[in-house]
Amino acid sequence: MPHLELKNLTQRFGSQTALDGLNLSIEKGELISLLGPSGCGKTTTIRLIAGFLEPTRGSVWIGGRDITPLPPERRNIGMVFQSYALFPHLNVFENVAFGLRAAKVPAPQVENRVQRALGLVNLPSYGKRPVFELSGGEQQRVAIARAVVIEPQILLLDEPLSNLDASLRERTRRQLRELITSLRITTLFVTHDQEEAFALSDRIVLLSKGQCQQLGTARELYDHPANEFVAGFIGRSNIFSLPLKAIGEDCLSFAWLSGRELRVRNLADPAHSQFEVGQSYKLLLRPEKIEFEKQEGGIRLFSAKLVSYRFAGAWSEWEAEGEGIRLLVTHSGLPLSEQVKVGMTLDLWANPESIQALEA
Amino acid sequence: MRRPFIFVLQILTLAILLWLVLYPNSYILIQSFIGAGNLTLAHYREFFANPSEKEALWNSLWISAWSVVLSGLIGVPLAFLFHRFDFPGRKIFAALASLPVLLPPLVGVISFLFLYGESGILSRSLQHWLGWQEPLFSFRGVGAILFVHAYTMYVYFYMFVSAGLKRLDFTLVEAARSLSASRIRIFFLITLRQLTPSLVGAALLTFMTSMASFSAPYIFGGGVRVLALQIYNSKLNGDLDIAMVETVMLTLSSIVFLFLLQRYEGTSKYRSATKGARQPMTLVVHPVKRLLAGTAGILAVLFLLLPHLTLVLISFAKDGTWTMETLPPRYTLDNYTRLFSDPSFLEPVVNSLHMATLATLANFIFALIAAYMIVRQRVRGRVFMSGLILLPWALPGTVLALSLATTFNQNSPWQARVLLVGTYWLLPLAYFIRNIPVVVRAVQASFEQFDAALEEAGRSLGGTWTYTMRRVVLPMVLPGALAGSLLAFVTALGEFVTSIVIYTIHNRPISIEILAQLRQFNFGSAAAYSVFLILLIGAAFVISEKYFSDFGNRAVS
Repeated sequence: MPHLELKNLTQRFGSQTALDGLNLSIEKGELISLLGPSGCGKTTTIRLIAGFLEPTRGSVWIGGRDITPLPPERRNIGMVFQSYALFPHLNVFENVAFGLRAAKVPAPQVENRVQRALGLVNLPSYGKRPVFELSGGEQQRVAIARAVVIEPQILLLDEPLSNLDASLRERTRRQLRELITSLRITTLFVTHDQEEAFALSDRIVLLSKGQCQQLGTARELYDHPANEFVAGFIGRSNIFSLPLKAIGEDCLSFAWLSGRELRVRNLADPAHSQFEVGQSYKLLLRPEKIEFEKQEGGIRLFSAKLVSYRFAGAWSEWEAEGEGIRLLVTHSGLPLSEQVKVGMTLDLWANPESIQALEA
Repeated sequence: MRRPFIFVLQILTLAILLWLVLYPNSYILIQSFIGAGNLTLAHYREFFANPSEKEALWNSLWISAWSVVLSGLIGVPLAFLFHRFDFPGRKIFAALASLPVLLPPLVGVISFLFLYGESGILSRSLQHWLGWQEPLFSFRGVGAILFVHAYTMYVYFYMFVSAGLKRLDFTLVEAARSLSASRIRIFFLITLRQLTPSLVGAALLTFMTSMASFSAPYIFGGGVRVLALQIYNSKLNGDLDIAMVETVMLTLSSIVFLFLLQRYEGTSKYRSATKGARQPMTLVVHPVKRLLAGTAGILAVLFLLLPHLTLVLISFAKDGTWTMETLPPRYTLDNYTRLFSDPSFLEPVVNSLHMATLATLANFIFALIAAYMIVRQRVRGRVFMSGLILLPWALPGTVLALSLATTFNQNSPWQARVLLVGTYWLLPLAYFIRNIPVVVRAVQASFEQFDAALEEAGRSLGGTWTYTMRRVVLPMVLPGALAGSLLAFVTALGEFVTSIVIYTIHNRPISIEILAQLRQFNFGSAAAYSVFLILLIGAAFVISEKYFSDFGNRAVS
C-alpha cells in the first residue's frame, strides 16, 4: 500500500485551475521532488497535502486513511517553508519546541527531543540564540529541526534552497540529502531547479499546467521523456518535426531530407501507441549526441554551417544551421578548434538509436 | 468549529461598523432631506439662500487652501534642510521639528493665546520694547487662524517629504547628471517628480484637517464663519435642520478628499522602477554656512518650542495675578498640587482617564478582530469594511458629535436607536469611533508585516487555531496594537472638538475644564492641565518608539 496517495486532486482559484486531477502514489521512505516551472501547481500540491487549502475535488490519503477533511494541525505533517517561517519572537529552542508544547509533551521530554533534533541538524548549542541572528543556512536547519522533531509521517519542503546564496547551495544540498536519508521520512520537496531535483530525489514528478507530465527517476526523465514538454524542460534538446511514413515491428520510419528515410526505435507500448502513419511527430535529439565525424552506426544528418561557438569550460557548444533546421551541438572536453570553426560548413552525424520520437 | 466562529466575528465587526459609523451619518443625510415629515430640499435651499452660510462654506475652502500653501512653504524647506544637509545639531533639529504633534488641538491654540494674543507674552514684550500704547496687532480673524494652521499642519509636509527624501532614488539624479542636465532641471524634473506622492498626500491631509479645524476659529476666529464652527453654533441655537445640512456639506468635502488621498496612495506612477540608491547627505563645510544653518535651525526650533515653553511657564503662574504685566508676576506650585489633590480639579482628569481607557480598550479589541478579518482571513466585503473603518478619519469632530447626538437621542429599538444623549456613555463612544482608523491601521500594518507562513507553520506543527493565535499571532501583532492604542489613548485624553458638543456635567473631560478655567482667567490652572496632557502625549510617543517597534523591523531572512 502506498504511504501517500493523491487521488484526482484538483484545485481551482476562481476561474483558474492550479491543479487538474493529479494522481500520485508514493512509497514509504521515498524522496520525491515536485519539479516544474512557476505556476505549474507544485506549491499548490504541497499546500493541499499540508491542509492549508481545501481541494475543489479529489482527496489526500496517508497510510490508507483519507485525511482531506482534517485541519493542518491534525495531519502530523512536517513542513519547511520557503521563507522558513521561524517565529521571530521565540529563540531557537522555543521554535523547535513549539510543536511539542502544542502537543502537551511533558517538559523533560521536550528538552530531550529538542536537543536531539538540534544535534541532528548540527546546531547543538544554538538553543538560546534569537532566530534573526542566524545565517540563512542555519535558519533552514532550525526550520528542518522544528519540522522533524514532531516525528511527522511526511516531510514537505517548499523550495528549500531558493533562499540561499549560490555558493552555499551545493554544500547545503548534499547535507540536506544526507540528513533526510538518515531520517527515513517520506519526503516531498518543491523545486523549479532540475539540477536540485536530480541531486536530491529518488523520483521526480514533473508538473506543468496543473498536470503530472511524467513521474520517474532522473534518468528516465532525461532518456525517455514522455512528451515534448518533458523533453524540452529536462536538459538541453533539439526538437524537430517530421512526417511518419511507416510503423515497423519495433521501429518508426520518418521522411527525412531529400527523400531519405530515418528509422528510429519505437519505444511506445504497442497496445496504447498513438502513432499514425501520415501524421507529423516531434523528434528529440540531445545536443551531445550529434557528431562532426562519422561514428560507428551513425548516419549523416545533413550538411550544416556553424553559426556560433561558445566555450563553457567543461564543454563547448555550437549552433549549426542547414536545411532550415537549427541544431545545438555540445561536446565535452577541449573544443575541436583546429578542425571546426565558425563559418565553415560540415556534415553532422548521429546514431538513430539516440533519436526519440515523441507521441505528443 | 473555526469557520462559524470566524463568521460570527465577521458579522459582529460589520454590525459595529454599520451601526456606529455608517448609520449615524446616513441618518443625518436622510434627515437633512426631511422637513415636516416629507422629502424636501427646503433645508438645502435655505442653506444656499443664506449669505452667511455660503460665506462659511467659501471661508472653509479658501482658508484650507491657504493652510496647504503656508504649511507646504514651512514644511518642505525644513525637510530639505534637515534631510539633505549635514551640519552640527542636525539630528536634534530633525527630531524636534515634529514637536507640534505633541500639542492637542485646544492646547496648541491656548498656547498661542498666551504668546501672541492681545495680552500675550510676545505681543506685550514687543509693545513695551517699542513703547506703544496699544497692542501692535490683534491676533484675531483669518490671519490668526492661518498662523495656527500653518504652525500645526506643516508637520504633515515635513514628515511626508522627509520620508519621501529617504526613499528618493539617487541613481536617477546621477543618470540625469551624466546626461548633463542642469541642477535646476534636475530638481524640477527628477527630485520634485519623485516627491510628488509625498507632496500630494501631505496637501490632501492638510486640507482635510483644516476643513475640520474647530479650535482655532473657535478661539481666534473673531466672528469669521467656517463650517466646522457653524455646525456647533447652529446646534447651540437649536437650529438642527440647518446644522444637518452644514454637516452634510462638510462631510462631503472631507470624503471627497479622503477618496482622492486613497486613490493617490494606490498609484505608483512616480515610483522608481528600480531599487536605486540613497543620496548621500551634503555636508556643509563652509564655516559661515555652517553657522548660518545651525543658527537657522536653532531659531526654527526655538520658535517651535515657544508654545510648549510658554505653557510650562504659565502653568506655574498664580491664578488671577497675571493681568497687565508682560510675564506673570507670581509663581506657585499650587496649580499642579491642586490637580492631584483637590477633588474638583481632579474630577476632569479622572473623567478623561476613565473614558479614554474605556474607549481605548474597545479600540484595542475591535482593531485586533477587524484587522485579522481583513488581512488574514480576507473575508468577503473587506474592501467595504476597510472603507467604513477609514471613514471616521475623514469626519470632522463636530460632524461626528452632531451625528451621534441626533441619532442616539431617543430609545427606539426598531430604528436601532438608543438614548445616549445626556448620559455618560456617549462621549466614550465618540472617542471609540474617532480612534477606530488609527488603531485598526496600526494593527493592520503589523499583520501585513509578518509572514502569513508563520501562522501556517504554527498549525502544521500541531497547534490548534486558538493555540496558534495565542502563541504566534498575538505576540507578533501586540507591539503594533499597543502602539496604536497608546496613540488612541492620548488622543482621547486631550479630545476637545467632539467633547464640546456632547459632554455632560457628569463626564466633563480635561479639555472642557481647560476652557472653563480660561474663561475664569485661571490661566495657571489651564496651563497646568495643558502641560499634563503634553507630558502624557510625549511619554506615549517615547514609549511606543522605544518598546513597541515591531519584530518586523528585524525580520527573519
